[in-house]
Amino acid sequence: MLSVPIETQILFAGILFFLGLIGLLVRRNLVFMLMSIEIMFNSAGLVFIIAARHWNQPDGQVMFIFILAVTAVEVAIGLALILQVYHHFKTLDVDAINKLKDVD
Amino acid sequence: MDIFFYIAAAIAIISTIMAISGRNAIHSLLFLILSLLSISVIFYLLNAPFIAALEVIIYAGAIMVLFIFVTMMLNIGLERKQESRWLTPQMWIIPSIFAAILFVDLILALKNMPTAVAGTEVILPKQVGISLFTTYLPAVEIAAILLMAGVIGAYHLGSQKKKVLHRFLVKK
Repeated sequence: MLSVPIETQILFAGILFFLGLIGLLVRRNLVFMLMSIEIMFNSAGLVFIIAARHWNQPDGQVMFIFILAVTAVEVAIGLALILQVYHHFKTLDVDAINKLKDVD
Repeated sequence: MDIFFYIAAAIAIISTIMAISGRNAIHSLLFLILSLLSISVIFYLLNAPFIAALEVIIYAGAIMVLFIFVTMMLNIGLERKQESRWLTPQMWIIPSIFAAILFVDLILALKNMPTAVAGTEVILPKQVGISLFTTYLPAVEIAAILLMAGVIGAYHLGSQKKKVLHRFLVKK
């Protein structure tokens, strides 16, 4: 039986979440930013699973299934937007997408 | 049993670091798939075999295939000049420090958490299904509406429209 303390498990999920956060803040490529958001979603789901095991209830796993549905929708819309951005700007650099900014 | 958890956790963390710091998009996606597979092993160790299977099928299977298709369609194997300029240390050090401060905050919060004995029973798919379709039935319907909206939105955004300029703008 797994006897890793729950603090270590949540610590692991936290490490994954902050790796995703750093990736989202640092990378400027839209595909990499969407990947970082995926990592963060996944670590949030991991916390739900840890809690489900901790309390011996299936509710956390149900929540993970909902996170899965939300993630699927988010990825589909995000990748469609990335395709549109690439067709308009010929680049995936988020800094190139500044047409809403005031021209000075 | 514990050693499996630590091995899978180490593989997940290392491959996630490789994924977010990689220069080639396809290599990063392959590292991300490795990370998802090791997290799936951890789900299995955490008494959630159903979720472990879903993680492999939906995350590592469906979602990552979408990513790889888009990456291949856009032909973005190599990194742009702009991004290599962004990846100099003085650019990433400040966001990383802020994220590290938040992480230390989380560790301190975990230190003060009351400990209890963890559950030992495997939660079977039957229990998950019963809970999903009785207690959480409204949420399932909302998720269905969300998926429908996602399908329509992705279709609308993905379609290539012919650019039509106004007749006064055509001359320009």
